[in-house]
Amino acid sequence: MSVTTPSKLEKILAAGHFGVTSECGPPRSAEGSVVDEKARLVGPYVDVINVTDNQTAVVRMSSLASCIRIKQLGFEPVLQMTTRDRNRIGLQSDLLGAGAFGINNVLCLTGDHQRFGDHPNAANVFDLDSTQLIQTVKQMRDEGKLLSGYEMNVRPQMFIGAAENPFADPFEIRVLRLAKKVAAGAQFIQTQCIYNMAKFKVWMQQVVDRGLHEKVSILAGITPMKSIGMARYMKSKVPGMDVPDEIIKRLQGVPKDKVAAEGVNMAVEQIQELKECPGVRGFHVMAIEWEEKVPEIVERAGLYPRPNVD
Amino acid sequence: MIMAKPKPIEEIINEIKNFDKVLVAGCNGCVAVCEAGGLKEVEILASALRMYFSNQQKQIEVGEVSLTRQCDKEYLAEVKDRIGNYDAVVSIACGAGVQFMAEMYNKMRILPGVNTCFIGVTDEKGVWTERCQACGECILASTGGICPVARCSKRILNGPCGGSSDGKCEIDKDVPCGWQLIYERLKELGELKRFEEPTTAKDWLKSRDGGPRKLTKEVSQI
Amino acid sequence: MTYPSNIRIVKVPCTGRVAIIHLMKALEKGADGVFVAGCMEGDCHFQSGNLRARKRVAYVKQLLETIGMEPERVAMYNLSSGEGPRFAEICQEMTDKIRQLGPNPVRFKGKRKEKAA
Repeated sequence: MSVTTPSKLEKILAAGHFGVTSECGPPRSAEGSVVDEKARLVGPYVDVINVTDNQTAVVRMSSLASCIRIKQLGFEPVLQMTTRDRNRIGLQSDLLGAGAFGINNVLCLTGDHQRFGDHPNAANVFDLDSTQLIQTVKQMRDEGKLLSGYEMNVRPQMFIGAAENPFADPFEIRVLRLAKKVAAGAQFIQTQCIYNMAKFKVWMQQVVDRGLHEKVSILAGITPMKSIGMARYMKSKVPGMDVPDEIIKRLQGVPKDKVAAEGVNMAVEQIQELKECPGVRGFHVMAIEWEEKVPEIVERAGLYPRPNVD
Repeated sequence: MIMAKPKPIEEIINEIKNFDKVLVAGCNGCVAVCEAGGLKEVEILASALRMYFSNQQKQIEVGEVSLTRQCDKEYLAEVKDRIGNYDAVVSIACGAGVQFMAEMYNKMRILPGVNTCFIGVTDEKGVWTERCQACGECILASTGGICPVARCSKRILNGPCGGSSDGKCEIDKDVPCGWQLIYERLKELGELKRFEEPTTAKDWLKSRDGGPRKLTKEVSQI
Repeated sequence: MTYPSNIRIVKVPCTGRVAIIHLMKALEKGADGVFVAGCMEGDCHFQSGNLRARKRVAYVKQLLETIGMEPERVAMYNLSSGEGPRFAEICQEMTDKIRQLGPNPVRFKGKRKEKAA
């Protein structure tokens, strides 16, 4: 039995609309206005805005601080939390802090290993993993208890999300893992960005076969390719990423100054195709360091304006 | 076994360069198995040190000994009569042995000669890999005999993470994904059901995180 | 067939028998150089003894470098047991090389002499 939260994303999905989310990467400095600008850019075109948590183990302005700024601008943030840097005490503490600022969405992640980041010498924490973090948030929200059993006066009201990568190995258990996260309390899923549509559809079919699409809202990850270099980089250097050769070929087939526009075209086409895919309940548009394209993509995909559910 | 790796000789030389008499003390236990601190390694290190200091025109006496183990007082006691002749000891036992020797001979300078790395096994001659993190609460029964605390880079208990690719861990192509191994083993054993229930948070109090640990077996105490 | 008189031969059933410590001790006790003469690779009577020897020689070279001694003082050669003239050639080659390096610094407690006669 899950307690409903004031989350806009939860309301939109409950009303049967496609959910649209996007992402904001905080700056590598104390310059808060960077977050504000990104939020203003994408805010009107999405339901909620994710803020990454020291993504790739690179130190950035904290997700919680950035979420507070976004909230204060009048938009709705999703607090991304990895278990790499904080133990259960720190994580629960941040959740209470988020609750105190009216933040209603959390995305529970394990996090990239610190070896990828700029502080590979750091001790890694991993007191909990993403599934255990989901359990923790659920317990705090539904039972009002911390992991220790302590009862809180005011609970954080969090709509719980998790990530899933349909393209990581072993493929056979990707759906089992999703089932586990749902059993733990995940209510929405944002997938790793999709380029291999065929493989994604196989995964979605397995999700539907298990009836999981009725228990959790799957938001398909969409990232437009900005350049051929980016496509190649993602194909070979990013763990768990599946970029078929056809994607690169298609980008190579247009004039150099049209590659970025083609990347955006492909993203829009993907959304339109996936709208028809059973079980897909929305889209997570991640235009990394290219946030200005989000409005265009959302509009051309027929998802603007966002429905009002208040 | 505890696996260790010899320290760079420059580091050892730097620590002992002002002494006139140094004893190299080995251990015939774990460090002999991983060819870092047994009698053979004592002899090689002693020979190298003598040659180095000879070239530096420095007089130094380098003694050699290797004990059955350095983690038991009875064996450490065997050097009781010799050790006073030296200014310092380079112990190439594991960290536990170095410390125990230092406790017993607390007026003597005991220096480490190896870097102690992990609890592991001999994959093949010359190759040793980590298997156990001494977490204090073994869960191998539920993971088909493969430990996620030691073999998953993120020590997650509901793995694999999204970075697992081709059976390898995201940190290094030579490191197998611990959870891929667990999955395959559970599949072979027909125990995939264990994959379906979420595993709750681990009690790290029993591990190093809870503080230095002690074990007693009363029936064994005299 | 003659070979230089400064060569001291230590016979082993297979160069696989030569351990790191033997090479180290030879130099520690004052030999100016030490070389291991093993069978041609692939022809080892005991399969891979000469391959082990090669690895050990390489290890000692690297160890000598870390303690400031010339790695050329230890060397690995391969020849077949019937090749007498080749053996003499190797002895001469090694002797010449060592003469260039000078006497083992260990012998004179670090005081390096000029090139020997």
